[in-house]
Amino acid sequence: MIRLLASNAILVALAVTALGAILTPLAIHRGRRDWLMLSYAAVYTNFVLVTVATLALVWGLVSHDFSISYVAQVGSRATPTFYTVISLWGALEGSIVFWAWVLGMYAAAVVWFNRKREGNLVPYAAMTLLVVALFFHILLLGPANPFQPVFPVPFDGPGPNPLLQNHILMGVHPPLLYLGYVGMTVPFAFAMGAMFSGEVASDDWARITRRWTLVAWAFLTAAIIAGMWWSYEVLGWGGYWAWDPVENASFIPWLTATAYLHSVIVQERRGMLKLWNLNLMVGTFVLTILGTFLTRSGIISSVHAFTQGTIGYYFLGFIALVLLVTLVMVAGNSDKLGSDGRLDAPLSRETVFLLQNMLFTVFMFTVLIGTLFPLVAEAARGVKVSVGTPFFNRMSIPIMVALLFLMGVGPALPWRKGAGPELKGKLIPGVIVGVLVGVAALVAGARNAYSVLAFVFAGFALGVNVEEFVRGANARVKAHGEGWLTALMRLISGNRRRYGGYVSHIGVVLVAFGVAASSTFKSEQEATLKPGESLTVSGHTVRFKSAWMREEKQRQVVGATMEVMDGNRVVGTIEPRMNYYPTSAQPVPTPQARSLLTGDMYMNLMAFRQDGSNVTVKLIWEPLVPWIWFGGYVVCLGAIIAMWPTRERTAVRVESAAPSAPRLSEGQA
Amino acid sequence: MNWKRATIAAATAAPVIGLFAWGLTRDPNNIPSPLPGRQAPAFALAVFSPGQGGLMRPVGETMRLSDLRGKVVVLNFWASWCLACRDEHSALSQVAQTYEGKPVQFLGVLYNDVPDKGRAWISEMGGQSYPSVDDPGARVAIDYGLYGVPETFFLDANGRVAFKNTGPVSPGMVRLKVDSLMAAAQAANVSAPAVATPAKDSSTPNAKTGSPK
Repeated sequence: MIRLLASNAILVALAVTALGAILTPLAIHRGRRDWLMLSYAAVYTNFVLVTVATLALVWGLVSHDFSISYVAQVGSRATPTFYTVISLWGALEGSIVFWAWVLGMYAAAVVWFNRKREGNLVPYAAMTLLVVALFFHILLLGPANPFQPVFPVPFDGPGPNPLLQNHILMGVHPPLLYLGYVGMTVPFAFAMGAMFSGEVASDDWARITRRWTLVAWAFLTAAIIAGMWWSYEVLGWGGYWAWDPVENASFIPWLTATAYLHSVIVQERRGMLKLWNLNLMVGTFVLTILGTFLTRSGIISSVHAFTQGTIGYYFLGFIALVLLVTLVMVAGNSDKLGSDGRLDAPLSRETVFLLQNMLFTVFMFTVLIGTLFPLVAEAARGVKVSVGTPFFNRMSIPIMVALLFLMGVGPALPWRKGAGPELKGKLIPGVIVGVLVGVAALVAGARNAYSVLAFVFAGFALGVNVEEFVRGANARVKAHGEGWLTALMRLISGNRRRYGGYVSHIGVVLVAFGVAASSTFKSEQEATLKPGESLTVSGHTVRFKSAWMREEKQRQVVGATMEVMDGNRVVGTIEPRMNYYPTSAQPVPTPQARSLLTGDMYMNLMAFRQDGSNVTVKLIWEPLVPWIWFGGYVVCLGAIIAMWPTRERTAVRVESAAPSAPRLSEGQA
Repeated sequence: MNWKRATIAAATAAPVIGLFAWGLTRDPNNIPSPLPGRQAPAFALAVFSPGQGGLMRPVGETMRLSDLRGKVVVLNFWASWCLACRDEHSALSQVAQTYEGKPVQFLGVLYNDVPDKGRAWISEMGGQSYPSVDDPGARVAIDYGLYGVPETFFLDANGRVAFKNTGPVSPGMVRLKVDSLMAAAQAANVSAPAVATPAKDSSTPNAKTGSPK
């Protein structure tokens, strides 16, 4: 019953999206605005239908309706309800349903917020969204159909993959990721809409799109950080990033989207980089589809591999279509996208944006090539090779260090004109912080040049970006006689985009500190302990109290209670565990960390005697790792500040060579 | 529209699409095993499921690779939780029966599973004609570089790995491999007796690993 309802909803959605997409060019061609309203209605209807299908699948999971193939595949009566609900995105078919739902929601929101806009931009953007939705409906009726009948109906199912029901972040990371990943379809749709409608030369569409991109970017950023956190919390290796193809798939479009968020400022202020921005925008979408293809088709070996089938061929066809249409449209329209301005001074903010964009692009290609290398190598030389972490680290660390430096220089430099005398005052706080942090890193024992540079430049960027707030607030205090905090709040709300950006920069610095410290100063030790024996790593001591075992509904848990010692005093406990699931022969290690401001005491249970007489544990001291998660929050907070709706103001273009110095609170960064 | 540029741009997509299309025909997990042609890692594992009829071996008997010299050995790694193992089960079980009385040993090796579940699976599948052994701690699976289940190793009469198959086997393929290995063993027997081989084997490093005796 539920099954029929859901599969019919998808079937109707397929027809509705197809009709809506065909209707748009017809309506525009014949000048029928009323038909356009029908295609907008198709967008809304599609959202309702995919919502029905998604809810039906969730209901099927919750009610253990094993006559639905997806439920029979991932459901189990023993799984707690929370993990049953979120197993919606635990396997291929369900994740495509969820994808279609998120896309339907975005499409409906885009049309709703822009329904009154004249011109053909929005209709063509809606058409693009409908075509993408159509593709996902085809997947849902073909190779990724979750609603196939199962007969005879099994009484119970195997439950989700143990790793996917072992931590609460399974409920957080995937939805964030889809909101970010699928959200990149919106700027792409506007870009295509601008080209189809001939509005590509106007800056208007880029302005509408910027906020949508920021929304998707913020979700994607949060998702990447949450994914790192999850792997850190769930997999017992004490790391958070491994350059696995699936991680790279989320990171590659993030790089181009980040580049876009910066270079679009240059377009708004100086009328430059229009073609480049268009490329970044459509490129980001192509890279999301490419990433999905790489990780779902089984073309690249990954720890995250989804079950494979014929879905790879569908994605390949879709990539071919998207690549062909975007390349033809972008190249065909490139004549219209000349620059209104040009670079005037080598040391100006435009130059830094340009360098930043180049570095982000190089970064993107580095990760892309590293990810695709096994495929290329096999095609070219017939050998199975893969490039691992050493390649990615060696290539990306210099780029990241250089980006940290630019993040410090950029905000201090003026537009257009070369550096003036005020530059010194803006840079000095950064230089001081950078040197202090660098010296601290050296004293702590950092010897690798890149690692020391990372600390220095992160400190530098922190100093410069914080100085922007201090200087601006001070100016307001002086000019308006406000209290300092009021001045700071008004400063930020007066130019949310600029100061939101700087808040994000500060978050990135925190992440950089965490990454640099944990990769430089991490130390670990493994020991077999009897009760009462202790283990010390980097001055942090734990004592083994007892081992225990308990039965839970869906699993068996073995754990060790470790007491955290401060001298002879017990100040807390850490309980690393191993979870045994009936469907998995190997236990799922469940590490536990005790977070301090200076880092994490991260413990993993490696082995145990059945009688509890001893356990083998690993203690890892992970300096500053909590800063990564906190920094992630700060980056997202910055994005929220920047995207918060504000009174519409037209961007001020800097045209004269020597502009009257704009007051800090009004300059648009 | 600048159609010239558009055409050039579109053409650049072709090699990328071509690469991906080719890539879809490959299996990245299919990593060639270095074992074929080398001495098979030794094992000594206890039978937990006896098999049927003439192929039967008592439960608890230790099967040693060294005792199987002169026989073609088909080593099939399987598990009760493995779906693809269901697909190949009847093929293996039936083909094994046809070699009763010949110098061929079919052996199932239970991978990351418990014997009780293995036995339940066998009865659910309608029996298994040849014996299966348990591999506690997956030690032998590790020696054989197992990537997943099912994987099937064909060992020649001298205890060398002749061929490895990843994924479910087909009856025709099993017969072909076993027949050709038997023929090769007979041809070798005519010129030199099989008894001569153990002395040579003890010098190979692989023969020393994995055997807990």
